[in-house]
Amino acid sequence: MHLDHSHDGPSAVSADARRPDGSRRALRIGLGGPVGSGKTATVAALCRALRDELSLAVVTNDIYTREDAEFLLREAVLPPERITAVETGACPHTAIRDDISANLEAVEDLEDEVGPLDLILVESGGDNLTATFSKGLVDAQIFVIDVAGGDDIPRKGGPGVTTADLLVVNKTDLAPYVGSDLARMAADAKAQRAELPVVFQSLRSETGVRDVAAWARAQLAAWTA
Amino acid sequence: MSRAALLVLADGRFPAGGHAHSGGAEAAVKAGRITGGASLEDFCRGRLHTAGLVSASLAAAAVLGLDVRELDAAADARTPSPALRAAARKLGRQLLRAARATWPGDELDAVAREFPKGAHQPVVLGLAARAAGLEAVDAAYCAAYESVSGPASATVRLLSLDPFDATGALARLAPELDRVVDRAVEAARRAVDDGVDALPAASGPLLEIGAEAHAAWAVRLFAS
Ligand SMILES: Nc1nc2c(ncn2[C@@H]2O[C@H](COP(=O)(O)OP(=O)(O)O)[C@@H](O)[C@H]2O)c(=O)[nH]1
Ligand SMILES: [Mg+2]
Repeated sequence: MHLDHSHDGPSAVSADARRPDGSRRALRIGLGGPVGSGKTATVAALCRALRDELSLAVVTNDIYTREDAEFLLREAVLPPERITAVETGACPHTAIRDDISANLEAVEDLEDEVGPLDLILVESGGDNLTATFSKGLVDAQIFVIDVAGGDDIPRKGGPGVTTADLLVVNKTDLAPYVGSDLARMAADAKAQRAELPVVFQSLRSETGVRDVAAWARAQLAAWTA
Repeated sequence: MSRAALLVLADGRFPAGGHAHSGGAEAAVKAGRITGGASLEDFCRGRLHTAGLVSASLAAAAVLGLDVRELDAAADARTPSPALRAAARKLGRQLLRAARATWPGDELDAVAREFPKGAHQPVVLGLAARAAGLEAVDAAYCAAYESVSGPASATVRLLSLDPFDATGALARLAPELDRVVDRAVEAARRAVDDGVDALPAASGPLLEIGAEAHAAWAVRLFAS
C-alpha cells in the first residue's frame, strides 16, 4: 500500500508518499460507514487520545451540511485550523472514491498550512454499505458500524465490511437494549473478513477508543518505518 | 491527435470535482426559477449564451497558446462574483491535478507551479485539451457542454427531476451549443492577434447574484 515512487512536479498529483520537498507526507486514514454509527464520535475520541503524541488533522465529508466539522470544532478536539470540511455535492461516496480531487486538495493544504503532520483522519459522511475510500486518497480505512443498526450487517457483508483494513462495531453498550447478538456479529465478521481485524467498542465505556487508537499507532509505525 | 481524447476529457465522470457543483442550479431552484424540465432548459440556455460562451472562448484561447496569466486575468474580469471566482479557481486546481495525472507534461506542471491555488477552470480546461492533443474547437465544445450539463445533472438531484427530461433538454440545446462554439472559437482566433479583450464578456447577472447568496447558505447540497 505504500506508494513510494516520487513525482517530480511542483505538487503531489495523487497518492505519492513524498511531498514536493521530499519529506514523507502524513499517513491518511479514512473512516466510513452508515449514518449515525459513530464515525465522528470515533474521530473525536481518536483526536483526544492521540493529539498529545502526534500532529493530527481531520477532513470531513458531509452530505449537505458542515455538521461533522462543526461538532469537532465545538468539542475543540483540535485547533480549528486543523479541521477542514469538504463539500461533496450530496455524494460523499463520489468525493472519497470516484473523484477524490477535493479531498486531496484538502489534505495537501492542511499539510502545507499547519504541517508537518503525522496523521490525517478523513471522515466520509454517512452513506451506504458499499462506500469505500479510494487508495489514491487514504492509506488505510476503518469501517464503522454499530450494534443498533442491526446485528445482521456483518453477515450481509459488502465492500466496507469485507475489505476495510479495520472493522469497528461500535456502541456495544447498547447491545442489550436492541437485542443484538455480539457473538454472532463477531462470528459473521470473521467469516467475511478472515484475518482482517475487528474491534468491538463502546465510546461510553472506560476503554473507549483505546483499541482503535492502538491500531492507528501500529499503522503509523508501519508507515514511517 | 486522437479525437477520442475528447471523450475522456468531456466525460462527466472525469475526476475533476465537477460533481460537487451545480452551476448555479441550486440557487435557481431555491429562487423558484427552475421548477421542472422546461425551466431547466431555459436556465441552461441562458447559462450557455453567457457563462458558457465566455468559458468556451477562454478554453479555446488557451489551446491556441494565449498567455495563461492574461487569460486568467480575463476570466477574473468576466466573473464579478467573488464566490464564483473562488469556485472557478478551486475547480481549475482540481482539473489541473486530474489533467496532469492523465496527460503528464511540462506545460501543465509549469501552470501548477505558477498557480498553486488554481487558475480559472475554463483556462485549465483549454490547457488540458492542449495536453491531450486536442484542438481549440474541442476545448470550446467541452466548456460549452459543461456549462449546461452541470446544472442539468444537479437539477436531477435537487428536484428528483426525471433524468430523461434533463437529458432531453440538453439534446434540444445541441444546435445552439454548436453556434456558441463557433462564436467562441472565432473570438479566440481574434484574440491571438488582438489580445484577450477580443474575448466575449457576456454575463448573467442572476447567476452572479445567486452565487453570492448561495455561498452564504448554512445548508446546501452543492458547493456552488
Ligand atoms: N451509546 C452510544 N452512543 C454512541 C457511541 N458512539 C457514538 N454514539 C452516539 O451516536 C450518535 C451518532 O454518532 P456520530 O459519531 O455522529 O455518527 P456518524 O454519523 O457515524 O458520524 C451520537 O449521538 C453519538 O454520541 C457509543 O459507543 N455508544
Ligand atoms: Mg459523522
